[in-house]
Amino acid sequence: MNFFAIKTSPIAASEFAREWDKLWAYLMAVSVFFTVAICGVIIFFAIRYRRRSDADRPAPTKDGKLLEILGSVIPFILVMIMFFWGAKLYFDARIPPKDAIEILVTGKQWMWKMQHPNGKREINDLHVPVGVPIKLTMTSEDVIHSFYLPDFRKKMDVLPGKYTQMWFLPEKEGRFHLFCAEYCGTEHSLMIGSLYVVSQAEYERWLSTGMTSGSVVAASSEDPVAAGQALWEVHCMAACHTGRPGAIGPNIHHAFGTMRELETGEFILMDENYVRNSMINPNDDIAKGYPAAMNSFRGTLNNNQMNQIIAYLKSVGEGAQ
Amino acid sequence: MNDNNTSPPLNYLTNGHTVKSWLLTVDHKRIGVLYLIAMTCFFLVGATAATLFRLELATHNANVLANDTYNRLFTMHGIIMVFFFLIPAVPGVLGNFLVPLMIGAKDVAFPRLNLASWYIYMLGGLFTLAAIIGGGIDTGWTFYTPYSSVYADSHVILAGTGVFITGFSSILTGLNFIVTIHKMRAPGLTWMRLPLFIWAQYSTAIINVLGTPVLAITLLLVLAERVLGFGIFDPQKGGDPVLYQHMFWFYSHPAVYIMILPGFGVVSEVLACFSRKRIYGYEFVAFSSLAIAAIGFFVWGHHMFTSSQSPYAGLIFSILTYLVGIPTAIKIFNWTATLYKGSVELSAPMLYTLGFIGLFLVGGLTGLFLATKALNVHLHDTYFVVAHFHYVMVGGMMMAWLAGLHFWWPKMFGKLYNEFWARVGAVIIFFGFNFTFFPQFIAGYMGMPRRYHVYDIEYQPFQMLSTAGAFFMGIGLIICLVTLVSSIFTGRPSGKNPWKATGLEWNYASSPPDTHNFTVPVKVDVEAYDYTDERIYQDA
Ligand SMILES: [Cu+2]
Ligand SMILES: [Cu+2]
Repeated sequence: MNFFAIKTSPIAASEFAREWDKLWAYLMAVSVFFTVAICGVIIFFAIRYRRRSDADRPAPTKDGKLLEILGSVIPFILVMIMFFWGAKLYFDARIPPKDAIEILVTGKQWMWKMQHPNGKREINDLHVPVGVPIKLTMTSEDVIHSFYLPDFRKKMDVLPGKYTQMWFLPEKEGRFHLFCAEYCGTEHSLMIGSLYVVSQAEYERWLSTGMTSGSVVAASSEDPVAAGQALWEVHCMAACHTGRPGAIGPNIHHAFGTMRELETGEFILMDENYVRNSMINPNDDIAKGYPAAMNSFRGTLNNNQMNQIIAYLKSVGEGAQ
Repeated sequence: MNDNNTSPPLNYLTNGHTVKSWLLTVDHKRIGVLYLIAMTCFFLVGATAATLFRLELATHNANVLANDTYNRLFTMHGIIMVFFFLIPAVPGVLGNFLVPLMIGAKDVAFPRLNLASWYIYMLGGLFTLAAIIGGGIDTGWTFYTPYSSVYADSHVILAGTGVFITGFSSILTGLNFIVTIHKMRAPGLTWMRLPLFIWAQYSTAIINVLGTPVLAITLLLVLAERVLGFGIFDPQKGGDPVLYQHMFWFYSHPAVYIMILPGFGVVSEVLACFSRKRIYGYEFVAFSSLAIAAIGFFVWGHHMFTSSQSPYAGLIFSILTYLVGIPTAIKIFNWTATLYKGSVELSAPMLYTLGFIGLFLVGGLTGLFLATKALNVHLHDTYFVVAHFHYVMVGGMMMAWLAGLHFWWPKMFGKLYNEFWARVGAVIIFFGFNFTFFPQFIAGYMGMPRRYHVYDIEYQPFQMLSTAGAFFMGIGLIICLVTLVSSIFTGRPSGKNPWKATGLEWNYASSPPDTHNFTVPVKVDVEAYDYTDERIYQDA
C-alpha cells in the first residue's frame, strides 16, 4: 500500500460542502496555531528553565492581570467568529428550496427504503438527478437511525414516530457514500448504501423503467398520491372532514402548509408531523371550534398508508386549491 | 511506647494485616487503596475489550469478531471505562487518600459512609460484570432509547442497574468531600490558601451531588420501560425517544467535568512542585473550576444538534459550549506561565503533566469544531468525535491520573519507584496515544461513522495506524504498571518529602502516613505553593 496515495480529505460534492470546508479551514488554522504556540512555549520553558542544581530557588514571579485579560478576550473573539460563521452556514442551508424533489426515506433495522415522487422505490440505493435540489422526508419504523451523506457534509437523525428533513443539491454525477450514523444494533455498519447522482435524462428514464443497477423493488410501486386520495376518501372525508358546514371535523382538505388555530388559542403549522401526529394522537392538538371526537388511526393505517395520505394532502395543499 | 527501637513505628499500612482489617476499615487512606486495587482491575477489563475490538478494526472486513460480539465489546469498554474508571479514579483513590491529609484533618467527615461508598461502587461493578459474563450488553454506553428500552436483546437490565447503583457511590463521596472541605480544614487554612487539588475536588463533588441523581432517574425510567412497559421514551406509546437524550446528556455532559476537573487539580500540584513556583494566577485557576462546573450544566444539547431538537435551542447550546471553553483556556495559559522562570525538573509525574497539557489542548480545540453548528452536522457520530473525547478522557484524564499516581506514590506506599523506567513508560504512552488517536481525527473528517464493525476500505489506513499505536500504548502501560508495583517490594524508602513539595501531606505526615495522619498539631500560616519557604527543603 502506498501511503502517499492515501486520501486524507472527503470529496466536496456540493456548494455547501465547499463552504463547510472553508469554515473547517478557519478552525484548523486557529487550532494549529494554539497547539504549536503552547507546546512550543512549554518545550522552550522546560529547556530554558531546567533545574540545574537541587539548590535552585527560583524567585517568585508576580501574577499580572494581562495574561488573564488577553487569555480571555482573544479566545472569546476567535470563538465568537466560529459561532456566528457556523450558525450562519447552518441556518442559510436549513430550509429546502421550493422546487426540491421530495423523496420519502424510511429507516428500518437494517436497511434504507426510499420512495420517489411517482411511487417508485429502491432499497439502500438512492438515484437523484444532478442539479436539482433533493429534499428527504424521513422516518423510522423501529429505532433511531441517522441518514449521513459525508460528501455533502449532511446528516440528520431518523426517528420513529416523527418526520425529520434534510436536503442537498447534487452538483456532479457519480456515486457517493450513504451511511447510517446512529448506532442501531447488530448490523448498524451494514446499513449503508450508495447515492447515485445521474443526469436528468437518465433519472427520468430510470424513474419510468424501473430497471437499473442497485436493488430496486419494482413491486408495490404505486402512485402515493392516488393511493392517498383513495384512503382519504374512505377514512377521512366520508366520515368527518367532509368540508361541509356542520361537519364533525375541520375542513383540512386544502390546508396543508397553513397555520391552524387550536382550541388553546395557539396556532400550529399543518405539516407532515402535525398530520401524522393527529392521526396517531388525535387529542394532542384539538382544532378550534370542534369536539375532540376523532379516534386514533394507530393500528388501522400503517406507516406507508399514513405517508400516502400526507402525500395526497400535500398535493392538494394550499397552493393547489 | 512499648516498641523497641528496631521495629519501625506503625503506619496505616502496617496497622493491621488481616483481610478484615482492610475490608472493614474506616481509614480514608485504606479506602483509597481499596479503590486503587478495584479500579485497576476494572481498567484492565476495559482495556482488554479495547484490545480485542482494535484488532478487529485493523482491517475493513470482519475477521476476528462477529458483529454482535463487536457491539458488546465496545459497549463494555465504554461502560467500564466511564463509570468504573474515569469518574471514580481521581476522587476515589487520590481524593480519598489526600483530601484529609491536604487540609490537615484526621479523616473525612463521615468515615463509615466513605466505606459504604466503596461497597456500593463494588456492588454496581459486580452487577455490570454479571451482565458481561452473562453475555454482554450491546446498547453503547449511552443506552439510547428506544433501542435500549425496547429493541436490544441483551443484558440492559443488569448493566443499567450496575450503573444506577454505582452512581450512589459518587453522590455519597461527593457529599463527604463537600462537608469535609467546609468543616475540617486546619486552623489558618483559609479558602484562598487551599491547594488547587482541593478546589478541583470541591467543584467535582458539587457536580456529582447535583448531576448524578438525574442519571439515576433516567436509567430507572429506561428500566421501567423495559420491565414494566412504561411509554415515556417509546413513540409507539406516545413517548419521545429524544427526551431520553436530553436527560442522559444533562448528566453526561457535566460528567465530562466530573472526569476531568480532578485531573486539573492533580496537574496544578505537580506543575508547582516540579517548577518550584506558585501556580500562576491561582485565583483564576481556582474559580475557573467553579465556572466550568456551573456553565457545564447548560451545554448538554451540543450532543444533539442532529437529533431533531429545535435549531434555536441548538444555537444557545452552541454559544454556551464556547463559553465553557474560555475558563478552560485560562487554565492552560496559567499552567504554561507557571513554568516561566521556574526550576523545571522533567521527572515522571512532570512528563505526564506536560503531556496532559498538550493532549488536553488538542482535545479542547477539537471540541470547538464540534460546538460549531454547521461543522457538527458532518462530524457528529464519526470517528472525529471518538478521537476528540479520547484526547480529553485518555490524553487528559488518564495522563493526569498517572501523573498523580506517580507523584503521590511515595506518600501512599513510602517507596520510590525506578525513575528511569517510569519516564520511559510516560514517553511511550504519550507517543503511543497520539499514534492511536490522531489518525481517527482524519478518518472522522473523511466521514467514517463510529461504532462500525466493518467499514469502507478507504478508511483502512487510519484504522491500521490506530491499532498499531494502541499496541505501543499498551506496552507503555505495562511498563508503568510493572515499575510501580515492583517498587513496593524493591523500591528505596522515599522519606517524608522526596520531591521537596509544599503541602501539609508532604510536610506534616510521614510516608506512608500514620493511621491518624498527623502526630503534631497542624497550623497553616502560608499560602499554597510557597516554594520560597525553606522549611520544605529541610529533611527529605
Ligand atoms: Cu445504524
Ligand atoms: Cu458535552
